[in-house]
Amino acid sequence: MMDLQKLTIGKALNLGLRRAMEEDPKVLMMGEDIGKLGGVFRITDGLQKDFGEQRVLDTPLAESGIIGTAVGLAVRGFRPVCEIQFEGFIFPGFDQISSQLAKLHYRTQGRVKMPVVIRVPFGGGIGAVEHHSESPESLFSHIAGLKVVSISNAADAYWGIQEAIRSDDPILFFEPKKLYHSGALKMEIDTETSPGRVFGSRVVREGTTATVVSYGPSVKVALDAATAAEEEGKSLEVIDLRTLSPLDLGPVFESVRKTGRLIAVSEAPLESSLTSEIAARVQQECFYSLESPVLRVAGFDTPYPPAKLEEHYLPDLDRVLHAVDRSLSW
Amino acid sequence: MPSEQWTHPEPGEGPAAIAAQPSPEQVIAGLRATSEGGAELTQLLTPEGQRIPSEQFDSYVADVDDEVLRNLYRDMVLVRRADREANAMQRQGQLGIWVPLLGQEAAQIGSGRALGPRDMAFPSYREHGVAYARGVDLRDLLGIFRCTDHSGWDYQAHRFHPYTIVIGNQVLNAAGYAMGQKFEGKVGDDDGEATICYFGDGATSQGDVHEGFVWGAVYDAPLVFFCQNNQWAISEPTERQSRLPLYQRARGYGFPGIRVDGNDVLACLAVTRWALEQCRHGNGPVLIEAFTYRMDAHTTTDDPTRYRLSDELEEWKLKDPIERVRAYLARGGGADHDFFDGVQAEADEFAAQLREHTFNMPEPPPDRIFANVYAEPSPVLDAQREEYLSYLDGFATAGEH
Repeated sequence: MMDLQKLTIGKALNLGLRRAMEEDPKVLMMGEDIGKLGGVFRITDGLQKDFGEQRVLDTPLAESGIIGTAVGLAVRGFRPVCEIQFEGFIFPGFDQISSQLAKLHYRTQGRVKMPVVIRVPFGGGIGAVEHHSESPESLFSHIAGLKVVSISNAADAYWGIQEAIRSDDPILFFEPKKLYHSGALKMEIDTETSPGRVFGSRVVREGTTATVVSYGPSVKVALDAATAAEEEGKSLEVIDLRTLSPLDLGPVFESVRKTGRLIAVSEAPLESSLTSEIAARVQQECFYSLESPVLRVAGFDTPYPPAKLEEHYLPDLDRVLHAVDRSLSW
Repeated sequence: MPSEQWTHPEPGEGPAAIAAQPSPEQVIAGLRATSEGGAELTQLLTPEGQRIPSEQFDSYVADVDDEVLRNLYRDMVLVRRADREANAMQRQGQLGIWVPLLGQEAAQIGSGRALGPRDMAFPSYREHGVAYARGVDLRDLLGIFRCTDHSGWDYQAHRFHPYTIVIGNQVLNAAGYAMGQKFEGKVGDDDGEATICYFGDGATSQGDVHEGFVWGAVYDAPLVFFCQNNQWAISEPTERQSRLPLYQRARGYGFPGIRVDGNDVLACLAVTRWALEQCRHGNGPVLIEAFTYRMDAHTTTDDPTRYRLSDELEEWKLKDPIERVRAYLARGGGADHDFFDGVQAEADEFAAQLREHTFNMPEPPPDRIFANVYAEPSPVLDAQREEYLSYLDGFATAGEH
């Protein structure tokens, strides 16, 4: 039965989490301040009230503890969903993520399943202090055994979080915090009829002049750029990666073979990043289709700057359009 | 609860009290002294094989008659013999590395035999004796050190988690598992479940161990923290990890801590049974510090002669965990020469089987590299596997011509 609701990304996540908890009593929420407060972004708002303190755990303040105990709970048969307050705080948990969470299935030849989701609000543009605006997803994409995904819209948030929780693999679920509560991005979602598999790359706007590939908060930037480019008579195809590791580049190859040009957009620093990987693989697979080199629009290879400078650091519509022009002028 | 107050002048006690404080050198010397077992050490069997009555713990080993003790003796002899065989095989190049347990047999067999069938154990990487006590075939375990596998046993069937090599990680994993037991309502009476987690004195410096203590306490997890204080974290002594006896750390987290003679299998059995009982009944975690000694190197890559004195080793030889049980049984008529000879013969046969199995251990096929990275299929990995296997096939085809 169709049930249409107009939702922000944040509300869609909240409803998706709620639904996952209703469907499977083994699903637990764990994190700092996620119970009574509902999380610093209120994504888990109301869940503890309805599911109790044993299923929505206001944990002690230690990220390794959150992830390390989630690993043990998963061994016991639970499906923990951890919230990291801000991406810049995930590093105390890096050891447990890389040494245990990502490797136990491999280490045991598949005997131990690790159905753990780690939700990570990421990205900049919120005018925050240090450690609250970073994009560390490339670091996690390099760890075999982990799946890394991101969302850019409310429908993917609602269905994607449920898909991630159902998965028997450990998943880092990157959420664009800047867009959580954007009224402009509200989407009408049928919350009852599943769209099928969410993750994997998806063409979100068709075009013929050049391809722009992105994920998370930068998808909105790419779409805005495509709208602006249209006024100049350029037709940009925009692809949302959604799955960052293992990368699903099939639709990107297909698109590049059509347009001959690719611009990869991300807020993360440039060197050794996902955009580097995309550029390498596309030149390898689409060498004879390319009309110009793959260009990248990204953060700089600096620490995230003080927020008064972030408008210079973050890829915006103009930088994407500039890259499109450079690509076309080759 | 056994504990010793760590005395320290309170602030404001005056210059005389401050002057009475020990110098840093005296503190270090004092720690050494504090670490020498001390009056708080729980012991039921002396190094000379004398049984010491214990008001608190005798009831926990009331069932241990000569037959049970003979079995514990046999366990320790078999495990030690296997350990020595593996050590030798590493020296002969048959194992990539070995992590010796020599000297820690009582701590591992005593605690391992205390566990019930539903309890779960989270080991570090030296717990071969606990693995044996949980019914893991040591031949499966040797694959780790032959480098054919990362973990070769069914952890669910044996209720023995895979080895964890990163120091201290498993303490948090165990805390999570024990929280799960609690959430499922498996605690509260004699039929309750518990988890035991093994780590060393060096691990107590890791943040994960601290966090494990916090989580265990906050959630009243049925979790026995079993610290084998074998005095050395590779070359770093225990006093480099702590300014007070490790078991006393439990007070800061609000759960009981106890130090047991880790070379006394009877005391380790009794204290672990007591701790598990506390957990099963929902009283939250217990920290056991098994005071023992690593008689061999940290691993076969280590050279302990660079950092510790031979006197220390000689002193600990007198506290051998197997010899004291042998003395007790022999003195009391619980076992005779035939028994001891029989166990030794069985141990030799056990070691020979391990050796034969190790030599015949098949190498895994190349495509195992790609197996089980994910629970769900990965087209990216599938492509890498196919490409590499095809590359290897090219050599086979070339060889045919």
